[in-house]
Amino acid sequence: MAFKVIKPGMLALLQDMGRHGYQHLGVTTGGPMDELAFRWGNALLDNDSNAAQIEITFGGFTVEAQQSTSIAITGADLGATLNGKGILPWQTYAIQKGDVLVFQQPKFGLRAYLAVKGGFLATSVLGSVATVMREKLGGLTGKGDKLAVHDVLPFHSTTQHTARHVPRLAIPNYEQMEINVVTGYQFKHFSGLERARFFSSTYSVSQNCDRMGYRLEGTAVGQDQPGIISEGIAYGAIQIPNDGQPIVLFRDRQTIGGYPKVGCVTSFSGALLSQKKPGDRIGFRYISVDQAEHERHLQLARIHQWR
Amino acid sequence: MRWRPCSVSARSWVSANMNEALIYPPQIELVSDHACLLTFAESINDAAADVIALVTKALRNCEGIIDLVPSYTTLLVVFDTDHYDRFKITNKIKTLANKIELNSTNTSARREVVIPVYYAPEVGPDLEEVASQCNLTIDEVIKLHSETAYRAYAIGFAPGFAFLGNTPEAIRMPRKTTPRLKVPLGSVAIAEQQTAVYPSVTPGGWQILGRTPVQLVDWQSDSLALIEVGDTVRFEPITREEFLAQGGQLDGF
Repeated sequence: MAFKVIKPGMLALLQDMGRHGYQHLGVTTGGPMDELAFRWGNALLDNDSNAAQIEITFGGFTVEAQQSTSIAITGADLGATLNGKGILPWQTYAIQKGDVLVFQQPKFGLRAYLAVKGGFLATSVLGSVATVMREKLGGLTGKGDKLAVHDVLPFHSTTQHTARHVPRLAIPNYEQMEINVVTGYQFKHFSGLERARFFSSTYSVSQNCDRMGYRLEGTAVGQDQPGIISEGIAYGAIQIPNDGQPIVLFRDRQTIGGYPKVGCVTSFSGALLSQKKPGDRIGFRYISVDQAEHERHLQLARIHQWR
Repeated sequence: MRWRPCSVSARSWVSANMNEALIYPPQIELVSDHACLLTFAESINDAAADVIALVTKALRNCEGIIDLVPSYTTLLVVFDTDHYDRFKITNKIKTLANKIELNSTNTSARREVVIPVYYAPEVGPDLEEVASQCNLTIDEVIKLHSETAYRAYAIGFAPGFAFLGNTPEAIRMPRKTTPRLKVPLGSVAIAEQQTAVYPSVTPGGWQILGRTPVQLVDWQSDSLALIEVGDTVRFEPITREEFLAQGGQLDGF
């Protein structure tokens, strides 16, 4: 009743929608870097929206099925193969005992999601199985370990399979460069010139990009704020440290911090940004809170109606 | 501090020095499509900290509130977008803020947490340095640090890491120029006007004075973390024997 890990690759993590309700104790949320891809994975299999999946970063990941089941692959195209035959993301596949599933390396995007009918089974810590390595919480062991060779990923076996795929229009374009930003936090303390610099420049993703945050490289954004009183950091917050190079904070971010922030990327722009690799280029686009709300509701309604 | 050069007015000087700095009802700002930041003060003060603890408690059990991150002068509210839109969440917070009786905050209502500490160079390698830099004896440093009642203003950096303030002026020291790569579990340390206990083994640049045998976080227990924002925290000096008897470990450096 499981997948056996043959090759764990660079980084493969068990994730659900995250560990919520403990940020006041300094516990971060974890959860999928690409929320949209994760949600579609569970929708394709008619799973609970919080059912655990594997987030595969970059690839080099191989598993062998010990029982039959139905899977869905969403997110990045990591050149996946099933028994040596190429398969595409954003759809379901029937799995038989002995099948070998391989994720090679990125073709489009960076992070793929492997969902299984009913979700992967693991004991939750603080209400979630989301793996946060820095905090040593979640995952198969409960201690925040990434997947390792010989790990066994349990699920409830099933022979039921329905071929389904995500509608073409709903599949995000990971080559899109515009990242939507809601301004807030210390935005009003940045001068007009600095705001203009931030929104008109092209930034590239640096080598320092992980589940905690993405450090960008490009035109420095100046700020004359000597530091702020530490405050809660929302998902997607864009910090401007002293060197002026923006850092976008993601799922494994620290809960509080004292760098000035110009605003937050929206949940779905954050999903898009987390599919970018070092060297990829992006630009920030201002949107209002009501546009951000509209964007989110549109994406969620699409999944909901399709289900 | 949300201040900019040249913007210090007479009024903010007055409010920073008296407890009038409380902004209530708080200023509410949507920072993303699913979070808003409540600001209660422009500078750190106990009146604001009391009210933040109260509002956090009041919001805790509201349906559709996902996470609350209280800090020195602000409270970040993360909400379920299926439950609230930007108008509903603002209204909810305003209504709730109007219902809260501010007078119900007083120091006696606060929880007090007492943490036993073995202060000694073998577990507090910076104790001698702090004493000599501050022109005090080691005993005076221990006395000053342990006779102060602290307040937990914020929790972050690592799970259960509570920023406690304020240390007596006489023992204020900057962080170490080179942070240690590994600070042992339970280390009690100071930096500027703050003090803290390391709840897990992490890198850290604070000046270490001693160690507690008490476990600060236990995710298997119901209480989870010993210190919560708003608590009063005291340190109680214990002997080496008491430290060991309570399960304290001497290694780690």
